[in-house]
Amino acid sequence: MTDAMPEPTPAGAWTATTTGAEVAALDDAGAGPRTFEPGPAEEEEPTVTLRVWRGDPSGGDLVDYTLPSEEGEVVLDVVHRIQATLAPDLACRWNCKAGKCGSCSSEINGKPSLMCMTRVDELPEGPITVTPMRTFPILRDLVTDVSFNYEVARRVPAFAPPPAAPGDYRMQQVDVERGQEFRKCIECFMCQDVCHVIRDHEDNKRQYAGPRFFIRYAELEMHPLDTNDRRELLRQRMGLGLCNITKCCTEVCPEHIKITDNAIIPLKERVVDASYDPVAWLGRKILRRHKRSPEEAAAHPR
Amino acid sequence: MAEHETHRYDVIVIGAGGAGLRAAIEAKARGLSTALVCKSLLGKAHTVMAEGGVAAAMGNVYPEDNWQVHFRDTMRGGKYLNSWRMAQLHAQEAPDRVYELEAWGALFDRTSDGRITQRDFGGHRYARLAHVGDRTGLELIRTLQQKAVSSDIDVFMECKILRLLHDDSGTVSGAVGYWRPSGEAVVFEAKAVVLATGSIGRCYTYTSNSWESTGDGHAMALWAGADVIEMECVQFHPTGMVWPLSVRGLLVTEGVRGDGGALKNSEGRRFMFDYIPEMFREETADTEEEADAWYEDHANNRRTPDLLPRDEVARAINSEVKAGRGSPHGGVFLDIASRRSPEYIRRRLPSMYHQFMELAGVDITAEAMEVGPTCHYMMGGVRVDPESQAATVPGLFAAGEVAGGMHGANRLGGNSLSDLLVFGRRAGAGASDFAEGRDQPPSADPSQVDAVLADALAPFGRDGGENPYDIHHDLQSTMQSLVGIIRTGSELEEALDKLGELRERTAKMSVAGGRAYNPAWNLATDLPSMLTVSTAITQGALARKESRGGHTRDDFPAPDPELGKLNFVQRQTSERGDGAPIHIGPEPLSEMPAELRELLEEGH
Repeated sequence: MTDAMPEPTPAGAWTATTTGAEVAALDDAGAGPRTFEPGPAEEEEPTVTLRVWRGDPSGGDLVDYTLPSEEGEVVLDVVHRIQATLAPDLACRWNCKAGKCGSCSSEINGKPSLMCMTRVDELPEGPITVTPMRTFPILRDLVTDVSFNYEVARRVPAFAPPPAAPGDYRMQQVDVERGQEFRKCIECFMCQDVCHVIRDHEDNKRQYAGPRFFIRYAELEMHPLDTNDRRELLRQRMGLGLCNITKCCTEVCPEHIKITDNAIIPLKERVVDASYDPVAWLGRKILRRHKRSPEEAAAHPR
Repeated sequence: MAEHETHRYDVIVIGAGGAGLRAAIEAKARGLSTALVCKSLLGKAHTVMAEGGVAAAMGNVYPEDNWQVHFRDTMRGGKYLNSWRMAQLHAQEAPDRVYELEAWGALFDRTSDGRITQRDFGGHRYARLAHVGDRTGLELIRTLQQKAVSSDIDVFMECKILRLLHDDSGTVSGAVGYWRPSGEAVVFEAKAVVLATGSIGRCYTYTSNSWESTGDGHAMALWAGADVIEMECVQFHPTGMVWPLSVRGLLVTEGVRGDGGALKNSEGRRFMFDYIPEMFREETADTEEEADAWYEDHANNRRTPDLLPRDEVARAINSEVKAGRGSPHGGVFLDIASRRSPEYIRRRLPSMYHQFMELAGVDITAEAMEVGPTCHYMMGGVRVDPESQAATVPGLFAAGEVAGGMHGANRLGGNSLSDLLVFGRRAGAGASDFAEGRDQPPSADPSQVDAVLADALAPFGRDGGENPYDIHHDLQSTMQSLVGIIRTGSELEEALDKLGELRERTAKMSVAGGRAYNPAWNLATDLPSMLTVSTAITQGALARKESRGGHTRDDFPAPDPELGKLNFVQRQTSERGDGAPIHIGPEPLSEMPAELRELLEEGH
C-alpha cells in the first residue's frame, strides 16, 4: 500500500452500493481514514432508472435499467455502469467525460444534453429517458450517424490571411475575442440536432449548413486577418435565410455560445448588406458588374 | 482470407490528436497520398483536453526567453533522462509551429501590442505558454482539424487499428483494424505508418485520460519488434479533481497555479515551501512574500514553489495527505478564490470555473478546490530517431505521446502541445521521405490479416466467459495500487504476477451481441494493448532502482547518478506479437555536445 490518496469519504449511500470487487480495490488503494455511512437500514436503497433507447436502423424501443444510485453521478456514469453490468453492448459515444469534446450528445428527457455534464441529482425524480439525437440517422442505440456535419465542414472555404513572416501578425485581444466565443464550440452538434430547419425537414440538409457552421462562418467573417468573402456562399448555398432565429440552438449550447445573437443575426446583416444594399445595387448597374458567384466570392483555395 | 476492404496509401497516420493531424498535414503537403485513421470522431481526440497552453520560447512577454533557456528547463524538468537532441529540436522549432497555427486560423490570446501572449507554467523559467484561456488544446485540435479537412486528407473515423502488418523483411507495410460502427474489417496497405496514438492512462483507475488512451501504439510498436524506452516514467499530474467520485482524476489545469492559485493543506499552510528540492532551491522563492511578488515581477523575485515541476508537486501532495493533512475527500486545497478577483478567475480560467460549478457544485471564485494526483501523461514510448521520428523497425514512425525520449523522466506542462506540433511535423516528413524511397507497393499478407482478425473476433465465439469490463476494472486496480505514483520492488513483482493472471483471463473472455458498435467488444480489443503496456511499465519500474522524475521507488528513494545515464529499452526479441515476452535492458544515453551541456550548467 503505497498510494497515499485515501478514498473519498462522502456521507451517503454510495458505499452501500459498491460491489465487493470495488471495495477490495479501494482497500488496496487507500491509506487514509475511511468512514462508511450507509443509509438507515430501514429505508430502501436509493436507485436510479435509466430508460434508454435501444435499437438500430431497423427499429428499437425504450428499455429500463435500474441500478443503485451513487452520489454526484452524471448520466454518463450510469450508462457506464449499465455497460459494465447489465448491458455490455449498449452503444454510446464518449471521450473526455468533462464537457470538452462533445461526443456524448443525446436527448435526456427529450432535451439535447451532454450525458457527461448532466447530473442525475438535478433531474426530476423518476426514470430518466435517454434517447439518441433525433436529427441524425441511427447507427445503434445512442449512437447516431453525424457525418452530415463533417460533409458541411468540408465545404467551408478555408481561412485565408495575407502573407506575413512568422510572428508578424498583430491582432488586438478585443478583436480576437469575437471569434474566440465561436471557437469554444466543442462540436457536440446539439445545435444541429435541435434546429427545426433540419430536425423537421430532412430535405433541407442539402441546402442548409446549420447553426454549428454558421458560427464557423461568423468566426471566419469576423477574423481580423481573413481575406475571403463568404457572404454569397452563405446566402445561396448554405441556407442562412432559412434560419428564422427561434434561438433553440443557443438554448442547448453547452458552451453558452450566443449562436443566434452573436453569429447568425450579424451574418444575416452582412449578407443583406452585400446583396440588397441599394447603393451597391446602383453601383453594379452603372458599372455593369454582376454579383460574384458564391465560388468566386470565396475565391481562395480551400 | 477473411472478408475485408482494402485501402492503399503512401502514408497512413494512426491517431488524430495533435501529433497525428500535424503528421498527416505534412505528408499531404508533400504530395503523398495520406490517410488519417482514428478510433473516435475527428476532433474528439484527447488533445482537446489540454488546457494550459503550448510552450514556445517566442519571447513575446519576456524578451530574455530563447530556445536555450527552454532547452535547459526541459532537460532539468526531465531530470536529464531526455533525448537531448529532441529537447533541442523541440525548443528551437516550437515558435515557428505556433506561428504556423496562427496562419492557419488559431486565435491565441494577445499581448497589449497585439502579439501572442504567454503564461507562466511549472518548470518554465519565463512566461512561455501561448494559450487561449484554458482551452488551448481545443484551439489546437480545431485549427489542425480544419487545416486537414481543407487539405483533403482522407479521414477514417471510428476505425480501430488492431495490429501493424509487415512484409517479408520485417518492414512495416500497413495495418489491420475494424470500423467501430459496423465491426467490419479493414486493411490499409501503406509504404509508411505513423503512430500517433497518444497515451496509456486507461491502465489506471484515476486518470485524466479519455477511453481512447489504451496504449495501442506503444503495444503495436512492441508487437512489430520496435524498441520502447522509459516506460517506467508515467506522469501523475498533481492536480486532478478528487470529488465527486465520478469525476475523480479529471484534470485541474496547472494554469490555476500559473495565474496565482496556491496549494494549501488542511491547516491552511502553503506546504510547497516545505518540499523545495535541492536542484531547484536557488531559483525558488522561500517566503510567501517573495512567491507572491514573483507573479508581477520575475526579474527581482524567485518563482513560487507551487510551480515546481509536476513530479515534485505530486509527491508533495501525496506526502501531505499521507501525513493526515489532506482535504475532506482525500486531496489538498487549491485556492485561487482568496487570491484573485472573481472576474479575473472567470476570464482566465473559464472552463475550470464551468467544470467545478457544473460537476462538483463548487464556485472556484468563492471557495478552494480539492485536488490530488491523477495519471496524466506517458513520458515513455517508442524509441525514435530525433530528426525523422523513425522507430527502430523500418517503415514505422511515431510522434507525440506514443514516442519516447523528448520529456525524459518528467514532462513540463505546455511541452506536450509543442511536442505534438514539432514532432508531428517531423514524423510526417520522415514518413514521406521513407515512402518516396520505397519502390514496391506493399501488399497485405493474408495470413497475417487472418490471424489478427481471428484473435479479435474470438470473444464472440465463447459463451459465458468473463466480461471484458471486469478484467479492465481489475487491471486498473492492479496498476493503480501496485504501479502507481510511489512504487516498491515487492509490489511491482506482485503486479507482474497479477498481469499474467489477467492475460490468462483475457483468453477466456466472451462478448455477446453483434460487431456493430459494440463497446464490450471494443474494450475486449483494447485490453491486449493495455496488458502489454502495463507489463512494460511494471518491468521498467522494477529495473529502474532509483527515484527520478515521474518514477518514484519507496525502496530506492534517491536518484542514482549512474542510472541517470541510462535508458531502459524494451523489445520483443525472439517472438513477436501479443503475449510474447518483452526483453528489457539498459542502454547508455547518447553523449550531449559540450555547448549544450554548458547551457545546463549556467547558473540562474
